[in-house]
Amino acid sequence: MPRLNINPTKTALDVYGWLERRVQLEGFVKESALHPVPKSTASWWYVFGSAATALLVLQILTGILLALVYTPSASEAWQSLNYLNNHLILGWFLRAMHGWGSDFMIAVVLVHMMQVFMFGAYKFPRELTWLLGVGLLFLTLGMGFTGQVLRYDQDAYWGLGIGASIASRVPVIGPYAVHALLGGPIIGGATLTRFFALHVFVIPGLLMGFAGLHVWLVLKLGINEWPMPGRIVRRSTYVHEYNELAHKDGIAFVPGAVWKDLFFSAAIYGAVALCAIIFGPFGPGGQPDPTIIQTAPKPDYFFLWLYSILSYLPDSLETPFLLIAPPIGIAVLIALPFVAGEGEKHWSRRPVAVLTLVFLSISLAVLNHLGTYEPWSPHMTAWSGDPLPAEKVHAELPLERQGAIVFQGKQCRNCHEVGGLGGQRGPSLDAVATRLTYDQLVRQVLQGGGNMPAYGKNLSPAQTTAIVAFLETMHPLGQEPARNAATPNGPPDNMRGNPLTGDGPAQNVGENHPDSNPKPAPKDQKQTQGQTTSRNTKAGAKPGDTTVSLNTVPALVH
Amino acid sequence: MSTTEDHLVKIENIKTEHHGQPDAEIPVRHVTRRSVLMNIGIGLNALVGLAITAPVIGYVLGPALRKKGFYKSWVSLGNIDRFPNGQTRFATFVTPYKTPTDGATDNTACWVRRLSDTSFQVFAINCAHLGCPVRWFPQSGLFMCPCHGGVYYQDGSRAAGPPERGMFEYQWKLVNGEIQINAGQLPTLSNQASVERKKSCLG
Repeated sequence: MPRLNINPTKTALDVYGWLERRVQLEGFVKESALHPVPKSTASWWYVFGSAATALLVLQILTGILLALVYTPSASEAWQSLNYLNNHLILGWFLRAMHGWGSDFMIAVVLVHMMQVFMFGAYKFPRELTWLLGVGLLFLTLGMGFTGQVLRYDQDAYWGLGIGASIASRVPVIGPYAVHALLGGPIIGGATLTRFFALHVFVIPGLLMGFAGLHVWLVLKLGINEWPMPGRIVRRSTYVHEYNELAHKDGIAFVPGAVWKDLFFSAAIYGAVALCAIIFGPFGPGGQPDPTIIQTAPKPDYFFLWLYSILSYLPDSLETPFLLIAPPIGIAVLIALPFVAGEGEKHWSRRPVAVLTLVFLSISLAVLNHLGTYEPWSPHMTAWSGDPLPAEKVHAELPLERQGAIVFQGKQCRNCHEVGGLGGQRGPSLDAVATRLTYDQLVRQVLQGGGNMPAYGKNLSPAQTTAIVAFLETMHPLGQEPARNAATPNGPPDNMRGNPLTGDGPAQNVGENHPDSNPKPAPKDQKQTQGQTTSRNTKAGAKPGDTTVSLNTVPALVH
Repeated sequence: MSTTEDHLVKIENIKTEHHGQPDAEIPVRHVTRRSVLMNIGIGLNALVGLAITAPVIGYVLGPALRKKGFYKSWVSLGNIDRFPNGQTRFATFVTPYKTPTDGATDNTACWVRRLSDTSFQVFAINCAHLGCPVRWFPQSGLFMCPCHGGVYYQDGSRAAGPPERGMFEYQWKLVNGEIQINAGQLPTLSNQASVERKKSCLG
């Protein structure tokens, strides 16, 4: 029997040659790899685009692996995620990789965008590259949002509600938009399957197409050179100058520049894996049952800035902002390479661009940071969960102590911090007595204003007296409470209790029983307040107005 | 095969090619039997494509094209004795328009305020701002929203925060001692009486 004489290297080359004679890709690949790039672009600043591509690959691979188990059904999605987390070998790790991969991808895409903006890379002839990049940004954000929906927990459910509420504000087509978005009248099975199709087929398809074209343009038009002050982009001369630069002072992309891309991609993969191992997967949170309302839904970090804006905008500006700002923002991004397609690329010659970027970055960072602890949200359990710190209750009178109880029981703590505990919707009340006089406190409690609800209907006069007596004790030791300027030397404002002498009006401050209400009856009280409103609403912060207390605290008028 | 030296970024050339002479090898004949047939082929595909895709648009947008009120019907919240006079209580119901895979999301919550023996107010759980679940605090007589701090008075009127209007209300009626509401779709500004701010001021 003749011995088989196989030379492995030769066999491999033969197989390669057989394939290459048919697919004929070698020329293209070699040209792409060896094309010259300006030496200055072999920089660590040029690694973000390839890192974003690397993350896209990671997301596709982990996404496919998750799809082996995930069930896109509103009745089973949440369970299938818990099954992935808890019952499948490394299921938690793949979820964590996919989740952290998405966070990293959005961050890297943003950094990449900031870098190409700073380097003037959107200018001639790379306008289309920029436009595709803008599209890629929105597609990436779209993946983020739809991905959060697929998590299908409480946050996802109510996040969809927020999305539907935003869509509902569009004039004319609003109602249709809501139903088209949800796939029906409610957030349910049809909604999840829609978002599944978007997240798994539609957006990834677009994303890959856009990314492919984006990279193709980078190959065809050359990577943007490192900007130099005074090197002006002109449509008539740029291409010639670029070719000179790439050929006279250039290196082959492989391996001259690509090694940095490879190092950085490896670092990014490592960072994603590290985060996945240390911090684990995102959720799922509470089960998506809309009758469980003990929840404070919150978007993932990349939409926190929007969440913050929506709580800070004046209500009258909200719909205009939601409907007008996004189209303007997109129009600006699209117009940019056409309006500023020529001229200086270097940041030292583009102060407006630098300031814009700094402003936007700081705004986004601040808004996102605020979104992490939401000072605008009432703390729903503060009234029952956060006790008044003992050192803050230096009330000596029974009335003041009763006031502290009313203060706690009426949920004031949900919006007001005392001693660092409680909501931050309203101002901290640690030193409120130094800011508001007795009269102003009464007015503020009864009539609200400045984003505080009016408590007039829900406090008996006695309760009001007690709560204000308590608030009057809220001042730092050694710092006098605010006094009415009209009677600077007299007793503060009115008949309020004097902690030193111990005298003060004794009141029944029990719950709102009809017979615990001293005259006048609540209805009369309301009318009296109405009268004071007309006189004092605008003068609330003005010292020197004492009429409120006489009318609004009838129980104290002897 | 191209080499490194050959690789030049080209963009002006596109222009010259466009205006320049076409390659001489390809004969230029504007209309031939084949080009006519090709155009007819394109037309046929466009026609068939249109005929197929037009109904599919209905498939995708169908949920949005239902007649007004299609999704809504009267749903019982149970016997009115469950709702004491002068109080506001949590109630749940199953949405009338369901799909097989809705799971727990069919369940919907609302707040029922009983004003008198025969008078009610039924509020949607969704904040009029952006739809988050609003919670009732009987002690202070306020509804509070956990998302952006919207606050409403016990009658549903806006008290504070970003909502532009009061809470969404369901139509209700009493049938055989039960309270029924007209429900079935996620309450948003587009299907409720849009923005109308109730002026609420003491007195």
